[in-house]
Amino acid sequence: MAYVSIADRDHEVEHHDPDTFISKYVWSQDHKVIAIQYGVLAILIGLVGMLLSSAFRLQLGFPDMFEFINPENYYQFVTIHGMIMVIYLLTALFLGGFGNYLIPLQLGSRDMVFPFMNMLSVWVYALSVLILVASFFVPGGATGAGWTLYPPHAISPGTPGTDWGIVLMLLSLAVFIVAFTMGGLNYVTTVLQARCKGMTLMRMPLSVWGIFMATILGLLAFPALLVSAIMMLFDKLLGTSFFMPAMIQAGVATDTVGGSPVLFQHLFWFFGHPEVYIVALPAFGLVSDLLSTHARKNIFGYRMMVWAIIAIGGLSFIVWAHHMYVSGMNPYFGFFFATTTLIIAVPTALKVYNWVLTLWQGNIHLRVPMLFAIAFIFTFTHGGLTGLFLGNVTIDLPLSDTYFVVAHFHMVMGVSPVLVVFGAIYHWYPKMTGRMYNETLGKWHFWLTFLGTYSLYLPMHYLGFLGVPRRYFAMGNTEFMPDSAVTLNASMTISALIIAATQLIFIYNMIWSLKHGEKSGGNPWKSTSLEWQTPDTPPKHGNWGHSLPEVHRWAYDYSVPGQAEDFTPQTVPESEVPVGRDHGVDS
Amino acid sequence: MSDAATMDGLPGGTKGVVTDFSADRQAFHVPWGKAMMWIFLLSDTFIFSCFLVGYMHVRMAATDPWPFPSEVFALSFGGDPIPLILIAIMTFILITSSGTMALAVNMGYRKNKKATFWLMVATAILGASFVGMQAFEWTKLIVDEGVRPWGNPFGAAQFGSSFFMITGFHGMHVSAGVIYLLVVANRVRNGFYEQRGDNYEIVEIAGLYWHFVDLVWVFIFAFFYLW
Repeated sequence: MAYVSIADRDHEVEHHDPDTFISKYVWSQDHKVIAIQYGVLAILIGLVGMLLSSAFRLQLGFPDMFEFINPENYYQFVTIHGMIMVIYLLTALFLGGFGNYLIPLQLGSRDMVFPFMNMLSVWVYALSVLILVASFFVPGGATGAGWTLYPPHAISPGTPGTDWGIVLMLLSLAVFIVAFTMGGLNYVTTVLQARCKGMTLMRMPLSVWGIFMATILGLLAFPALLVSAIMMLFDKLLGTSFFMPAMIQAGVATDTVGGSPVLFQHLFWFFGHPEVYIVALPAFGLVSDLLSTHARKNIFGYRMMVWAIIAIGGLSFIVWAHHMYVSGMNPYFGFFFATTTLIIAVPTALKVYNWVLTLWQGNIHLRVPMLFAIAFIFTFTHGGLTGLFLGNVTIDLPLSDTYFVVAHFHMVMGVSPVLVVFGAIYHWYPKMTGRMYNETLGKWHFWLTFLGTYSLYLPMHYLGFLGVPRRYFAMGNTEFMPDSAVTLNASMTISALIIAATQLIFIYNMIWSLKHGEKSGGNPWKSTSLEWQTPDTPPKHGNWGHSLPEVHRWAYDYSVPGQAEDFTPQTVPESEVPVGRDHGVDS
Repeated sequence: MSDAATMDGLPGGTKGVVTDFSADRQAFHVPWGKAMMWIFLLSDTFIFSCFLVGYMHVRMAATDPWPFPSEVFALSFGGDPIPLILIAIMTFILITSSGTMALAVNMGYRKNKKATFWLMVATAILGASFVGMQAFEWTKLIVDEGVRPWGNPFGAAQFGSSFFMITGFHGMHVSAGVIYLLVVANRVRNGFYEQRGDNYEIVEIAGLYWHFVDLVWVFIFAFFYLW
């Protein structure tokens, strides 16, 4: 018997709606509830990460003024801040949060293909967060090895948290990878196998494309992190020497012999570089949909955008050693990795051009999500351009391990994706809750965050050029650091604190609007993609009522000349499109 | 599944690939579970690749001489030691289990419930005996010869570290596979899949996992014991 796709057997399947509080909101197998669980957890731990950054910025801006920050917990704050932001906030929020929410809704599916595994995914993720937080409360505290956890110092005495902190950190990462794999298999399989009638791959909204590709990257890159975590756990707990060379510590030779610290760096960055794109690709996708919807124009060069996502995904696996130029490497390898790094800028630049061309002559509505989306183009271009400096071996050598690097990656994979996160939350908030957010508060949140990040990170580039090294607890009296740079450091700290405080506006807005926001209706943005065409808002269990939707067009039919409305939902067949007026977009 | 695809009147070859990927609803004409297993195995391949590449790297970076595997893994039955004899038997058993698994899948599609069940049980027994022999090998190395993860009397400490880590990780895969096979076999026997109308596809999915574990062993065997 030939295999009949599930979408065609939909009418045969009975849907059991969850009826108790626990099955509805706690052990829920509904992708929308899981998405919100993922999102809320990620944002909560992200707030912890933000508080940690405020704490260590206080030390950097006003050295030795605050007694609760000593060198040990300064390093712990820096390390855990990095870990939380990259993995537990951004990866979990984009893939677990937006992936879970948008994939079934935008593809016209009832749910993820294996809801039970999806539920396990979020709770195992919660466990990994718990282990991470627990590491602050064990003897010796959390690890302070820097988020890259380079051996040998990560597990050698002298670094904060080498007793238990590093063990819990590695354990938490391993648990996170298990959680991600259970979710990730679901996302990829759902995209490939569970679309509704008419939804071809080349009709999928770019959000789904970005999340899909990022998930594939995750499934192939996290193994390297898992392996390096296991090997380092062995080094720490069993006394093996995978990463530990023969060393002299405080005048005494260690038991370790013949290990290779560079192996860890290779494994780590084989994960670490794709990880940049695990965070960036969903942001690319989501921002494309935001720009197109709020500019009332189809995304420019949809096919190019898709192929660029795929090309970036592929190339991201062969650029990892550009993080290791100063680790010692054959010059030919340096040449190779510099070349691939610059090549990856081509599809990335192509996407930026396409976003700008989408805005070109569009009917731009500067609502809060759109503001964040446009701001993303600025910060991402900015961060991307500094990446070209760092991708070249000769320019990287003097800039490596300075604030220039910190400024670069914060612009490109910190600020930019976070701006998209905010924009996307504002954009889909009406669908998730049925109510509008407060526009004024949203604008305050946007302007303070956007200008705040610039006043924080622009001076940081300058400090980097001066040669101020990253991760130092205190600079002391150094000749290369003029007084003006010290003052700048203080002003950057003040900016960081303002940005941190601004996020309270966002949280207040989200909670207040749950009860007091205006009713939004099902499709407040007049959007074309499927999630806005659900029979109920917020969508109920099973998403689509009695019958699955049928798709007749791509997701970007905005302002098509000759049609009565300036948008045509994907579910409208060609024969039912109301005709009438010209929107003048193409004039 | 290519037979089923052509029965649908869909093109095969390169054209088939294009048709599959430009189709709505699904890219591959297979059940969800099977597609998911493929993707999982791809991810697992990266895990084992990282382990093996890491092992090769520490082997080259090690400062002490690397032990000679033919001697370390030799067994003597009364007379002279025979190099790699235990590993040869283990490999033979695991490959045989792949054969019984393939037969089980075939019997599953023929709806031969009894034969499917017994072939899966046979596969699980072969797998369990593999794990048992591995336990014997570990015991011999640890107790009799004093090999530890942090050092061994033959040479580079990384020999023991990589050996226990990689064969241990693989052994866990085999053990998990044995449990998985027994669960599926039991459900085949009590008619669980017939009631759901699932066509024993799950037997093939379990088979995919099992063949993968065997394939990985071939690489571990080649890179660890033969190199």
